[in-house]
Amino acid sequence: MMNARFAFVVRRVLLTVPVLFVMSVIVFLIIRLVPGDPVRTMLGFRATEANVIEIRSQLGLDQPLVVQYLDFVGGIFRGDLGTDIVSKASLSELLAQRLPVTFELTGLAMILAIAIGVPLGVRAANGGRRIRRLTEGFVILGISIPDFWLGIMLVLVFAATLGIFPPSGYIPFVDDPVQNLRYMALPVLTLAVGEAAYFLRTTRAAVEGVLARPFVGFLRAKGLSERRIVGGHALRNAAPTIITVIGIQVGVLLGGAVIIETLFALPGVGRLIVTAITQRNYPTIQIGVLAIAAIFILVSLVTDLVVGMLDPRVADGAST
Amino acid sequence: MLGILVIIALAAPILAPHGPETVDADQVLGAPSLIHPFGSDVLGRDVLSRVMFGLRSSLLVALSSVALSCVVAIPLGIVAGYAGGWADTAISRTLDMILVLPALLLAITFIAILGPGSTVAALAIAVIYLPILARVMRASTLVVVRNEYVIGARARGAGHFRTVIGHVAPNALAPVIVQASVLSAFALQLEAGLSFLGLGTQPPTPSLGGMLSDGRDVLTQAPWVEIFPGLAIVVAVLAFTFLGEGLRRAFDPQGVTS
Repeated sequence: MMNARFAFVVRRVLLTVPVLFVMSVIVFLIIRLVPGDPVRTMLGFRATEANVIEIRSQLGLDQPLVVQYLDFVGGIFRGDLGTDIVSKASLSELLAQRLPVTFELTGLAMILAIAIGVPLGVRAANGGRRIRRLTEGFVILGISIPDFWLGIMLVLVFAATLGIFPPSGYIPFVDDPVQNLRYMALPVLTLAVGEAAYFLRTTRAAVEGVLARPFVGFLRAKGLSERRIVGGHALRNAAPTIITVIGIQVGVLLGGAVIIETLFALPGVGRLIVTAITQRNYPTIQIGVLAIAAIFILVSLVTDLVVGMLDPRVADGAST
Repeated sequence: MLGILVIIALAAPILAPHGPETVDADQVLGAPSLIHPFGSDVLGRDVLSRVMFGLRSSLLVALSSVALSCVVAIPLGIVAGYAGGWADTAISRTLDMILVLPALLLAITFIAILGPGSTVAALAIAVIYLPILARVMRASTLVVVRNEYVIGARARGAGHFRTVIGHVAPNALAPVIVQASVLSAFALQLEAGLSFLGLGTQPPTPSLGGMLSDGRDVLTQAPWVEIFPGLAIVVAVLAFTFLGEGLRRAFDPQGVTS
């Protein structure tokens, strides 16, 4: 059993290597696939020939493609991510400032979505018709309402009308934890609602599937309370499915963060990318995309490993 | 519901009470009234008319991107499922590469390379949905090729091309159509999100996402500028979702798409 699990972990970790390679190639090609001369596109028509040559050399675009790629990957491993063309700031420092904001937004949104979606999903799986209809309505609306419009409506109600929360802006947690949470409340809620709907639907389907299995009938015949059957057995058996979907939805959350950071003026990586696109600031776009994609890939890896640990069949299946 | 929305979008030039760019200087941020049922925006333009035209451009991008995705995904899925072996591995692994990035990030990456605009947005959305639709087509093909009528056609001497076109494709298409209708709902949201960021449909062409972005600064003075375009997106997404569910029940009871 231990060997099977170890083999599963090794195999899954090794599978991440080609994925990271493909991701690095996609990110590397962003600047190289720009139609025409990317440096002239970046600098605009007022750029002098000397400027163009300087930036081209700075970005290594005058080197052979293979050398450029190896320099790009080498820079990532050394922590030298290059320079922002507009602000001239180090991209490593810029990322170090921006990533905590994106982590806080997506992390809190994920926790809130799980706290809403999973218990409601369990309740819907073994509840009456009324709770099922109510949760179904929440799922349909949660999935259909675009998060940025929900955010605007939340601002209208909770910031503009009631004045409970600020409409936009950011204060770092270390500076003032209470104000930080006040500023994060609406963005987190905006991002969490749609995810909660997905988690509700997944949990309900997974728990329903487990409750239909013969062993649940045996537990009922033994006289176990419905609460213990659902909480102790059904939810535990449904956990791998729920965790897998949570892992997949991290990608959706990270994508959503790009819009929500822009909407609420949060200085995260998503807003950095959008601003960089409008400025045609390609090195910053590359590093922003690289950061989010790397987080996504690592979360997928951790999710699969956790599922493998929780469900021995996954690990056994992978090793055979 | 979807039919009504499509009619509104197609007939926007006839049905809209005003032009999408017609400025009424006396009605800047005017509240909903008989002349402007959804109110007017910061330039005095009729919000109802702009919602109709915005729906037109948003639906055009969403539907054309899913259609384009289908055009490429269906042959790839059939070849992968029918041929199997190295062709299946090559197609499946290549398409898996697209899933390396989260959907919105991939769309943004495309736009970063090719520049903002509705055509690039449609192309980006089409690429995002390519692996999903190809996988469904492949799975559906794998089920169909085991049927006796396909084996019989081959036994009667039909070539691979004729077998695929005459027997496999027509019987394997239903789950893809179901999936395409579900993805249209997501494509609509994605297009609206990109336009909201200023990366999708570009002004002066009205788009629902672009309208939401423009109205943010006047949210407290004129909430109708934000409420009605958003409601239009929600209604359109719901229409596609219900259509998808209906089609799933009718054509895909075995759940290839679920």
